[in-house]
Amino acid sequence: MMALILDILAGSLILLGGAFCLVAAAGVVRMPDVFVRMHASTKAGTLGVGLIGLGACIHVAAGGFVAKALLIIAFMILTAPVGAHLLGRAAFRSKTAVWDGTEFDPDIEKFSQPLDSSQSAQSQPEQGPKP
Amino acid sequence: MNVFTTALGGFVGFASVAAALMVLLALVLTAVRLLRGPSLADRVVALDLISMLLVAFLVIFATSSAREAYLDAGLALALVAFLSTVAFARFIERSGTPEDDS
Repeated sequence: MMALILDILAGSLILLGGAFCLVAAAGVVRMPDVFVRMHASTKAGTLGVGLIGLGACIHVAAGGFVAKALLIIAFMILTAPVGAHLLGRAAFRSKTAVWDGTEFDPDIEKFSQPLDSSQSAQSQPEQGPKP
Repeated sequence: MNVFTTALGGFVGFASVAAALMVLLALVLTAVRLLRGPSLADRVVALDLISMLLVAFLVIFATSSAREAYLDAGLALALVAFLSTVAFARFIERSGTPEDDS
């Protein structure tokens, strides 16, 4: 009885994780611009990998397997937001085209002004001659 | 031994085959965005998702074939994927020009 419950739980988690992976890919294909696509891929993709890993942990339940699967999940949860933030900032600074329905903050110039000046301030010493 | 002749019976066997098929379909869809994507950032997002889906596929494969070594491959792939995303983000930020060719 217990084995059956664990079987159904692990199978449901793996199926749900696969469905989330599919939703992430559908979002990446269908969404209108980079930032919205990143929204779909990062969150749904991380959740899909996490659910699949959790289901595998419940099903296999051997020490080394569970440790490695949990390590993969923890690493995904740690690195996916960092990578998405770096990528989104890079896309914003390089002025990638945004969707027409995007509502900008009224102070958007104030945000992009220090970015440009800091960018040029960063790139200025790099282009100069190194002592 | 492939994914579709899984060693597992019962509901988990069915679930792992179905999830592997869904991840494969997701890989095809993401490859469409990788090929079409109007800007460079779109392609990098698709590449990031592809590596994430490959990790998911390796976890499913490790479960259905009961071989732990595939998890090591998945862990290494996750590490390399993060580094490549960071490197591509630096590259986009450094190049600084709009990359639209649509």
